[in-house]
Amino acid sequence: MFTSEIILQTLLSGVLMGCVYALVAVGLCLIWGLMEIVNFAHGQFMMLAMFLAFWMYTLFGVDPLLSLPMGAVLLFLLGIATYFFIIKGILYTTFLAQIFATFGLGVFLHSMAQFLWTGNYRLVQNPLLAGRISAGGIFIGFPQLVAAIMSAIGFALLYWFINKTEIGLALQAASEDREAASLMGINSNRIFALGWGIGSACVGVAGVLLANFFYVFPEVGFTFALIAYVAVALGGFGSIPGSFIAGILIGLVEAFGGLLIDPAFKYLSVYVLYLAVVFIRPQGLWGRY
Amino acid sequence: MDSQKGNWGKILFLVVIAAFLLIFPALFTLPFPQHIMIMIFLYATLAQSWNIIGGYAGQISLGHAVYFGAGAYTSTLLLMKWGVSPWLGMLAGAGLAVGLSQIIGYPCFRLAGHYFAIATIAIGEITQIGMVNWKGGGGAVGLYLPILEESFANFEFHTTKVPYYYIALGITAITFFVTYLIERSWLGFYFRAIKGDLDAARSLGINIPKYKSIALAISAFFTAVCGTFYAQYVLFIDPESVLPLMLSILICLVAILGGVATVWGPFLGALVLVPLSEFTRTYLGGGGKAIDLMIYGALIVLIARFQAEGFMGWIKKLR
Repeated sequence: MFTSEIILQTLLSGVLMGCVYALVAVGLCLIWGLMEIVNFAHGQFMMLAMFLAFWMYTLFGVDPLLSLPMGAVLLFLLGIATYFFIIKGILYTTFLAQIFATFGLGVFLHSMAQFLWTGNYRLVQNPLLAGRISAGGIFIGFPQLVAAIMSAIGFALLYWFINKTEIGLALQAASEDREAASLMGINSNRIFALGWGIGSACVGVAGVLLANFFYVFPEVGFTFALIAYVAVALGGFGSIPGSFIAGILIGLVEAFGGLLIDPAFKYLSVYVLYLAVVFIRPQGLWGRY
Repeated sequence: MDSQKGNWGKILFLVVIAAFLLIFPALFTLPFPQHIMIMIFLYATLAQSWNIIGGYAGQISLGHAVYFGAGAYTSTLLLMKWGVSPWLGMLAGAGLAVGLSQIIGYPCFRLAGHYFAIATIAIGEITQIGMVNWKGGGGAVGLYLPILEESFANFEFHTTKVPYYYIALGITAITFFVTYLIERSWLGFYFRAIKGDLDAARSLGINIPKYKSIALAISAFFTAVCGTFYAQYVLFIDPESVLPLMLSILICLVAILGGVATVWGPFLGALVLVPLSEFTRTYLGGGGKAIDLMIYGALIVLIARFQAEGFMGWIKKLR
């Protein structure tokens, strides 16, 4: 019934999609690790990056691959602006206010996109990255492959930045203990803003890459954000490698759930996986808390 | 409220409001204002139900649509398959929701903060996917309720909204009265102790899982009652209207904007948000322009940013 080709094919598609989920989740996790706030507008940030890639291509003929740096920079700035205008004021309020401030921003951005560009589904027609590679009866979409590789590179860069550079270590210090870090002369405001910038840049990169092979529409961010939120919890809040691995795991579970049960149930398997894990380990796979 | 005089003022205020709500359908005879009031009652009750577990006991459930759907589907299916009166269906749905809440609560209450919130989202999404694929329950197409003769026993009225208005008002009044009683009783103290400090609550000898379960059971009960009311009012249900994640979020949003862990917060939240969304949708929302949602989103950000305690925060300051 299931030949080894089908299984290998599913495995590969799962990992490739999982890498994109992983990069989205890592951005979310980074922000959470710093100030224990979940950015519920994360998916809408991704949607904006996808529209950026779409419009750059449609209006100016700039391929998504070339608008990648622009996507990263603009989303970096959006993240910093979000920190200064919204997040800074709610750092010390309640859990609920924090959830709803970013959730409201997400609703605002989503409906703004709907207002400006309507709810239509759009596709980048004939980007540079197109077609697929076949080897031994297995087909891999070229854009998917590049997106996965770039996501992995993005994660590796982020990991290096956080663990090896001085600013990265300052980020870690601030996430370990805000007050001790500020006593050491680390300006926590600047570090938090930087965290929002980098976290948003991650999702910007993921969004532009995704625009190569995924429909662009205002609601696209919703599912991705939900998956990323689940991935961060599954990996364990506070563990950046944890959320990356969880992202890939979710890609795999989703692909196999679609194959073994029914495509209608692919997200079901993701939620079941989450519940199964947290009922056994309430702090997620690699969580500190 | 430290003097007897203040208490009398409060009672007088409540009597005036109650009298106004009772004669409202006579003052505003058009269907639109009556519809808006009915939606305010519905959302106020839903938000109040959520407030019991989310506000007082501090367990942020983002899956309350499950209980709403349980109420809507149970009464509707019982009516369609066996002709059971929706009033009995309402009780059956509420009973099912209480049962579900205990099955959901048992493993989930071990989880903290975001882990708990996501678990409730996951259960909500699983339920919605399940109902979309369950053909016997209408599947993705949904269920049209049979059109019966207009009567109180049938819980259907086609020529006027007034009976719906009074039924909704009754459900709201009961839910708010129960919440008021809980707030003043030892249950309320236990709930707030659990929310405030788990270790302190434990050292006082409070059986934490037990009281979390009680809070969730009460909350699920009233949420399911609203589900049946909604089904009888709209006469059509499908997974997209009674089980979406957006509904779960909206329920808790109304409570938060009004002010959590207060009796009047959910009512204030519904009083502001429901008309806002109905009017902006009517006057600005045409053609999928979504301006109504833009205003909505911006308002949520502003309130979370500048008044984290919700509208009740302002009222407390005014006093």
